[in-house]
Amino acid sequence: MVKYVYLIPIFPFLAFWLNILLGKQLGRLSAWIAIGASLLSTILTFGIFFGMVTANVHNYTCSLGSWISINGQTLSLGILVDNLTLMMLSVVTVVGTLIQIYSVGYMSTDIRFTRYFAYISLFMASMLALVLVDDLLMLYIFWEGVGLCSCLLIAFWHEKPAAAAAGVKAFITTRIGDTGLLIGILILLASGHSLRFTDLGAVQGSEVLMTVAALLIFLGAMGKSAQFPLHVWLPDAMEGPTAISALIHAATMVAAGVYLVARSYVFFIDHPLALHTIAVIGAISAVMAASIACTANDIKRILAYSTISQLGLMMLALGVGGYVAGTFHLMTHAFFKALLFLGAGSVIHAVHTQDIHQMGGLLHRMKVTGITFIIGALALAGVGPLSGFWSKDEIFIALWQSGHPVLFAVAVLTSFLTAFYMARVIFVAFLGISRRQQQIHESPLVMTIPLIILAFFAVFLGFLGAPWCINGAFQHFISPAMHEVIHMNWGMVILSSILSLTAITLAYLIFVKGFRLPSSGEQYFVCFYKLIENKYYIDEIHEKIFIKPFHQLCSLFKKFDCMYIDGVIHAVATVTAVMASYIRRWQTGRIENYLFYQICGIFILLMVISGKLCRIF
Amino acid sequence: MPNLLTIIIFFPLLGGLLISLIPRRNESIIRLTAVLFNVMTLGVVGVLCTLFDRTSSAVQFLESVPWIPDIGINYIVGVDGISLGLVFLTALLGLLAALATTSITKSVKEYFILYQILMTGMLGTFLALDLVLFYIFWETVLIPMFFLIGIWGGQRREYAAWKFFFYTLAGSFVMLLAIIAIYFLVTPHTFNMLEITSLAPHLNNNFQCVLFLMFFLSFAVKIPVFPFHTWLPDAHVEAPTPVSVILAGVLLKMGAYGLLRICVPYFPYALDYFAFSLGVLGAVNLIYGACAAFVQTDFKKMIAYSSVSHMGFVLLGVAAMNSTGLNGSLLEMFNHGIITGGMFLLVGVLYDRAHTREMTAFGGLSSTMPRYAFFLTIMALASFGLPGLSGFVGEFLSIAGIYFTFPWLAALSSIGLIMVVALFLTIIRKVLWGRPQSAVHWPDMGFDEMILLCPLVLITLGVGFYPEIILQFQRQAINLLVRMS
Repeated sequence: MVKYVYLIPIFPFLAFWLNILLGKQLGRLSAWIAIGASLLSTILTFGIFFGMVTANVHNYTCSLGSWISINGQTLSLGILVDNLTLMMLSVVTVVGTLIQIYSVGYMSTDIRFTRYFAYISLFMASMLALVLVDDLLMLYIFWEGVGLCSCLLIAFWHEKPAAAAAGVKAFITTRIGDTGLLIGILILLASGHSLRFTDLGAVQGSEVLMTVAALLIFLGAMGKSAQFPLHVWLPDAMEGPTAISALIHAATMVAAGVYLVARSYVFFIDHPLALHTIAVIGAISAVMAASIACTANDIKRILAYSTISQLGLMMLALGVGGYVAGTFHLMTHAFFKALLFLGAGSVIHAVHTQDIHQMGGLLHRMKVTGITFIIGALALAGVGPLSGFWSKDEIFIALWQSGHPVLFAVAVLTSFLTAFYMARVIFVAFLGISRRQQQIHESPLVMTIPLIILAFFAVFLGFLGAPWCINGAFQHFISPAMHEVIHMNWGMVILSSILSLTAITLAYLIFVKGFRLPSSGEQYFVCFYKLIENKYYIDEIHEKIFIKPFHQLCSLFKKFDCMYIDGVIHAVATVTAVMASYIRRWQTGRIENYLFYQICGIFILLMVISGKLCRIF
Repeated sequence: MPNLLTIIIFFPLLGGLLISLIPRRNESIIRLTAVLFNVMTLGVVGVLCTLFDRTSSAVQFLESVPWIPDIGINYIVGVDGISLGLVFLTALLGLLAALATTSITKSVKEYFILYQILMTGMLGTFLALDLVLFYIFWETVLIPMFFLIGIWGGQRREYAAWKFFFYTLAGSFVMLLAIIAIYFLVTPHTFNMLEITSLAPHLNNNFQCVLFLMFFLSFAVKIPVFPFHTWLPDAHVEAPTPVSVILAGVLLKMGAYGLLRICVPYFPYALDYFAFSLGVLGAVNLIYGACAAFVQTDFKKMIAYSSVSHMGFVLLGVAAMNSTGLNGSLLEMFNHGIITGGMFLLVGVLYDRAHTREMTAFGGLSSTMPRYAFFLTIMALASFGLPGLSGFVGEFLSIAGIYFTFPWLAALSSIGLIMVVALFLTIIRKVLWGRPQSAVHWPDMGFDEMILLCPLVLITLGVGFYPEIILQFQRQAINLLVRMS
């Protein structure tokens, strides 16, 4: 069965062409074509999954033919299926299919319904191909593909100037990272290395150069996974449809950066400096975004910052050697974050606002959405025994074992903040009194059923990696070389439980009981609060040091063209014309003038010749 | 089939002669004749491609006839992997541009006569293997182009035509001097380009450098290389749509082709000596073009400047002096012809409706003109090198090539990669996104307009998915070039 693996991205790709070319004729059928294609991919994925697990095969590679040859190396389109691939395939197909079903309801009134499903199919195809390919250059190709889909879908409602700008911003910001990735690939190519992921462990060469290559590859991952300082596009990306935020900007595409690091892990392991950088960047992103999420009021932006923060945690885990922890959190996060976004979408669909302060009491009006959202929030907050709890514990353990107290403290602080801001959303938006008079209805079944399914995963998926349950099945699955028995780390369990409960209590005191700091303390706090509320002014800094100089440079070049280059050209032309206008006057057309010139000429010639003759004799 | 290349070169001219015999009131017959002749030219080029031996690096279909034997000028034509792709490109764009002439209503007969002469000139330039013959075809292109811009152009057509003419002419004269110089410098004296290929590399280093610079100056104007590029935006903007397509699609390639045909194989020492400068110029072109394009307000001017930017990749590939770079350079020439040709067709489509090219007049076209949006999006994505479309392959190979030789230049050029993205996304955003700016509802693209773009889109997708369809033709010739330089 595994030999048909190449069909997995083909189905959505065909659906894309069908939808983009016959969109008008298909009408609402286009949604079911897209969903059908991704269901086929899902079925095939699970067929292969169980086929490989039951046969105890951990690795399958094949080549679909050569693509191009560079520097004497033939690069071919190859496929690598191992357990990491299988995990990603399952996440992408399951979450993708559920979100597409949800979209049928969410986008039902949109005039560009078919276009939406065309783009989403293209995204699914690129994303699945990205996960399947076996070398860096092929990954880069599909990497750009998902970036394009992300841009098109962020700007899906391009009539809104903010959405159009966000789409462009997303693509350009990630492109900065992607260019780094491309140069990283070139460094490997130029040193004659194979770009295959399976060969990356054997890379030899100058330590400095290879570290640079590793860092540049990570730069690509930073762009995609919205890590500091390239994270600025992700909050803006929330201008897109919420289902897209769930699929692309929470569950799958943004996780591609983490996937890339995990995929080339053997390469990073050999270059400790690169690995440390990953950890540090991850830590900065995690705590920075989590703190911003505490002050944001837009429900989608809170979730967006939360995504940056959680991706930061995954990077942090990978950076200290927690391969299992990083990938485990990637998987659980995909489900509960998709759930949270879809829940937020359902809320926005009903109340037509994104400001949490204008919501309130939603739990009573929208039972299914409310309960599933709370489940997702608790999973994200890391409350046991939901899935986020187990994966977060893995990260804590990995950090503890690595012996970096600062990084461990950052992770602890981040999860404290995470629990705090999620509790804030729940208390402000879902509990308490309703601040709106209008009638609020629960979303239709086509939207709530995916929520319920995702909530199921958010609750139970963590048990795959829970030490006492089926003996850490996930750990052994994702890293087949590992044979030790996983033990429960009770210390961590207690620590993280206390942490999340304290944070939730604190949020309860502040947002429900109205507890305030003493005014003196508050004043002390205001400055810091303002800094966070303005997102640490990172957007403004980018504007100052990149965007403005770029515009100035462009204007300068335009001016240079018009004034200097053309100026010289015009000057030459003018001088020629002026000179010609003088010389023209000599051409009078009168024979006597010409005779006069002739006699003058002869006279001068005679003078010269006689002068020469005199000198000779 | 004998004389296949002579047929290809002079067939368009024959069409021009035939058109000159048709009374001027029969406009539709004139158009039909021009199209038919271009279809047949493309057909013969298609035959040439199938008969072409891809496994050989040698010049094929060689024809050699003495022309002015007293001074050793021969009529020599031949095709190899370097010229084949460009000949195909010329024939294809020639046909499309002949079809896209609905906007030409003034003096149709003269237009097509000049157009057919232009086709002969361009095809001849790519196929000639005698320096004098090459020069004659090179100049043959200039005259009809001057009139095509100067008569059928926009408001500032005369300024643009003169500017184009003098810029190019100044370059050509230097080339003529270089050709004469090379004739006297090599022994035995010859204009035969194949013979010079084996003779010129033995010239002493100073001669090599001077001759290289003289040829380069002429090609640099045509490519165009910064700072000789300012004729391009004017000429492109003022020229009518089909002429812009030819100008961007084919004419710019003549300069780059000259680099590959003359500068690279003849003067290996000079190439080595100047490679870094060439690379710097390439990077400057890339970044300068993208930046200058970014702040233009005229849609056509933006595309014109983006050509400057793309030709930077071609220069970078040549400066790399390895097979990756040269392959990328040649492929980028082909791709740029296809993509920018398509872009100019699309600008023309919009101009026919809006009668303006100001960016501020457009917006929201993706909802009112979805087919147009589809084509423009694909072409814009291909322009900035989205993987999976043809632009990426050429750009990637060029950048990879230059990385192998001058890593820091590749790093510098990568800034250009980001700027090009910003440029084309901004075009998409301003033209296709947002709310419609015009109160008038423009009709979407018709069948006649789409049929012109379909082959270009198919080639863009095809080359992007499987670049080997073009690379297989050029690989052997490039390998030979690398061995020589």
